[in-house]
Amino acid sequence: MSGMSKIVKTISNVTFPLIMIYGLYVIAHGHLTPGGGFQGGAVVASGCAMILVAYGSIWTMGKIREKNLSVLESLGALFFIGIALFGLIFGAMFFNNFLADGGVIFGDHVTSGSTAADFNTGGVLPLMNFAVGLKVIAGLFAIVLVMAYATTKPGGGGKE
Amino acid sequence: MTKRDILAVVFFTVVAVFFVFSALMMRSFGPSADPNDTDYFNAPMDDYIIDNTQSETGANNGVTSVVFDYRGFDTLGEATVLFTAVAGVVLVFRRLKK
Amino acid sequence: MIFNIPYLAVAALILIGLYAVLFKRNLIKIVIGVTLIESGVNLFLITLGYRKSSIAPIYTSNPNVNQAMALPVPQALTLTSIVIGVAVLALMLSFIVHIYRHYNTLDVRKLGGDEE
Repeated sequence: MSGMSKIVKTISNVTFPLIMIYGLYVIAHGHLTPGGGFQGGAVVASGCAMILVAYGSIWTMGKIREKNLSVLESLGALFFIGIALFGLIFGAMFFNNFLADGGVIFGDHVTSGSTAADFNTGGVLPLMNFAVGLKVIAGLFAIVLVMAYATTKPGGGGKE
Repeated sequence: MTKRDILAVVFFTVVAVFFVFSALMMRSFGPSADPNDTDYFNAPMDDYIIDNTQSETGANNGVTSVVFDYRGFDTLGEATVLFTAVAGVVLVFRRLKK
Repeated sequence: MIFNIPYLAVAALILIGLYAVLFKRNLIKIVIGVTLIESGVNLFLITLGYRKSSIAPIYTSNPNVNQAMALPVPQALTLTSIVIGVAVLALMLSFIVHIYRHYNTLDVRKLGGDEE
């Protein structure tokens, strides 16, 4: 499908960084406020779908081929399983939280009860949030892009 | 009215009566959390998770610690389902280059 | 009976979705009915996890610490169910596009009659 007018392209150029910052904020603070990997990934994928509608599917498929998106999605899944397997080394349990109360990164101690938000806590949870968020962004954007590009027929037979 | 239409109407009526009847007979929405009341709802697993989230996981969010730490295996299954769906959609719309 | 309104809303959503699946002929309307049934089931899962005058299970800057908290496990299961619903919806819609290209109709009673 073809793109829209110049006004729509300019406004979506301005709005897309704001949507991306909001989505990455929701992904990154998943262990402190409501949110997490899946919710923030859906927000950023909505922003990417807005860019797809404003610029047309032919231009977007020319810039971003779905091979690059599948590489990103596979990286996210491998990172998630890699962290889970690391727990086997450090505690003889799959999905062991080996960074909580531990000291290296994301390992501050949390006092019980109502506390102020400390980003350095959480153990393994922020890393898993990033991995799942990357997977959801790449997956949902790939679905929308492939389905929008399939309705155009470059030359050749088919029904218009 | 073919045989299929009559069967569909009968099935829909039976399911509708069953759903409305069981929605009226459920326990009231929002049982109390006080052990001295009459409609007290005992949830020992969730009470343990709420009390020990901050000391065992180090996260302030109860739902995220359940999704990624206490039940991380379900999240692994869900990531697999999402990956399979994306692979299926890209497979259906593949164009063979001649 | 006035306190069972969430359960009646669940029953209404599932019944409307079931009506769309059974009695409609267009393929897109059948897919919308399946999505409605899915939304009803997700609402039912969340409704089971509420206790009287409870707050969200989050400890960051919580003003009153001694209040009861809602159960976190049904919310985690609902998250998984929503994502699986999205995956199934994407696959159903891509199959509909493929069927339209082959048969050139969206009427469910005219498909699959080539073998007779």
